[in-house]
Amino acid sequence: MNIENIKKQFPIFNNKVHNNDLVYLDSANSSQKPQVVVDRIYDFYSKEFSNVGRSVHYLAVAATNLYEETRSLMQKFINAKDPHEIVFTKGATEAINLVANTFGQKFLKEGDEIILTELEHHSNYVPWHYLRRSKGVQIKFAEINQEGEISLESIEKLISSKTKMIAITHLSNVTGAILPIKEITQLAHSKNIPVLVDGCQGAPHLKLDMQDIGCDFYAISCHKMYGPTGLGILYAKKKWLESLPPYQGGGGMISEVKKDGITFGDLPNKYEAGTMATAQVIAFAESIKFLNQIGIKNIEKYESELTKYGEEVLRKNNSVKLVGNPKNKGSVLSFTLDGIHAHDIATILDEDGVAIRAGHHCCQILHDKLGLSATARASLGVYNTKSDIDKLNESINKCKKIFNK
Amino acid sequence: MDLKELYQEIILDHGKNPRNLRKTENFNKDAKGYNPLCGDKVHVYLKLDEDKKVQDISFEGQGCAISMASASIMTDLVRGKEEKEVKEIIKDFLEMIREKDQLNTKILKENEKTKLMCLSGVKKYPMRVKCATLSWHTLTSAIDNTQEEINSERID
Repeated sequence: MNIENIKKQFPIFNNKVHNNDLVYLDSANSSQKPQVVVDRIYDFYSKEFSNVGRSVHYLAVAATNLYEETRSLMQKFINAKDPHEIVFTKGATEAINLVANTFGQKFLKEGDEIILTELEHHSNYVPWHYLRRSKGVQIKFAEINQEGEISLESIEKLISSKTKMIAITHLSNVTGAILPIKEITQLAHSKNIPVLVDGCQGAPHLKLDMQDIGCDFYAISCHKMYGPTGLGILYAKKKWLESLPPYQGGGGMISEVKKDGITFGDLPNKYEAGTMATAQVIAFAESIKFLNQIGIKNIEKYESELTKYGEEVLRKNNSVKLVGNPKNKGSVLSFTLDGIHAHDIATILDEDGVAIRAGHHCCQILHDKLGLSATARASLGVYNTKSDIDKLNESINKCKKIFNK
Repeated sequence: MDLKELYQEIILDHGKNPRNLRKTENFNKDAKGYNPLCGDKVHVYLKLDEDKKVQDISFEGQGCAISMASASIMTDLVRGKEEKEVKEIIKDFLEMIREKDQLNTKILKENEKTKLMCLSGVKKYPMRVKCATLSWHTLTSAIDNTQEEINSERID
């Protein structure tokens, strides 16, 4: 992997931040975009634009083909069995809401139980909370261990005859823990419980094989995968998409509409009501090609080494405390600094062009558990290098100096 | 340099050793404030005497250097002031943080104004203004007895 060449493909790095080179360490929040993706949006709108799936004219047919090509690319990228198992949504949040809403409507009743983990992002808790309110379902949280990991056992001991869904993150956006989702799925399926995986942090960094993992649902955020905002993907096994009710109603998702009744369209239209984020879908094909060109396994290996380097550097820095110490860890480095609040750290780092996130990272349950109100988080992407980690460390030292630590 | 204006010595001092970080005994007014973006929390306690003068004011909470320093300086400055004077100071401070170059109130002495103006460095950091204003909005809520938690995302 030639990182210098990869980084050159991202136009954002031509700009200065407070007169400094940008050190972008916020990819877990959202990744930067390569030129091919930016260009594709421009080209589509300027030369090829049309709505998809409706009209029969030249532009409409061409746009529809491009739109469906992204679906096929994504199917191959995650090794789904069928392209119709790929549903475009406005984000991973909508993907999870889609499942919670339709699955809840059809299968859940008062007293049923859903298992989540303490690592979950709010987007994989709040949609289930709605069911707690509307249906009276119970939510149980699998507890983290000292290293900030979720073990198979922590989930197993919560499973009861009332468990109707297990919804878990693939990779924690705070501790970086990678969950044993294949083993969890096998365990769940042995008890006839479906599994939803929040794959926001998994998909940009780890090799995915839906048929091997076996999970029922996998939610993806495209803007974290070097793609456009406003787009997410729900992978769902065909049997679920066929049996669950539609989510939103509108144009494009129907078969026949009469005054006294409506029948719904087939997959994938059933779950794609209204005009979709057409340009984003078409441009996202370039993100997948970009990832394929580097090779997701290469990315996984490179980022894992870089994360280890980051851990080493930060551990050597007195007063830095890393949050979580999972054995199997993704490219997330959350930390606290003795006596300095995360927001002060982020402001001081920003002055040096070092972009990190500070706060609870949409994981208040986890922060409460850890007894921390806020943490600082550096997260890595394909464009980061050891030199970025070194600059992060230098800026942390500047924080310490300002605060006389 | 902007960072030095933001993290002045007095801010760092108040941030590290906040004054009045405790709970007033026999307080007769209080309010809570919360910034959901960063998780900062503050609880302001007020004891007004019969003449509606601030006999004691204190706060509990946790947050960044800016929010702790702001609450600390605020509690120092309003002690002994009458309720309506406190409201005038709050209004003046919030206007200064939002748009004005200086504090205009006659209630504060020059050295008190200088101290408060140390927080003006935050104006160059729009994302951090809420850190500085949370405790002040919470104090307003305590005086008005609104019984509603101040949420920094629901105020200007």
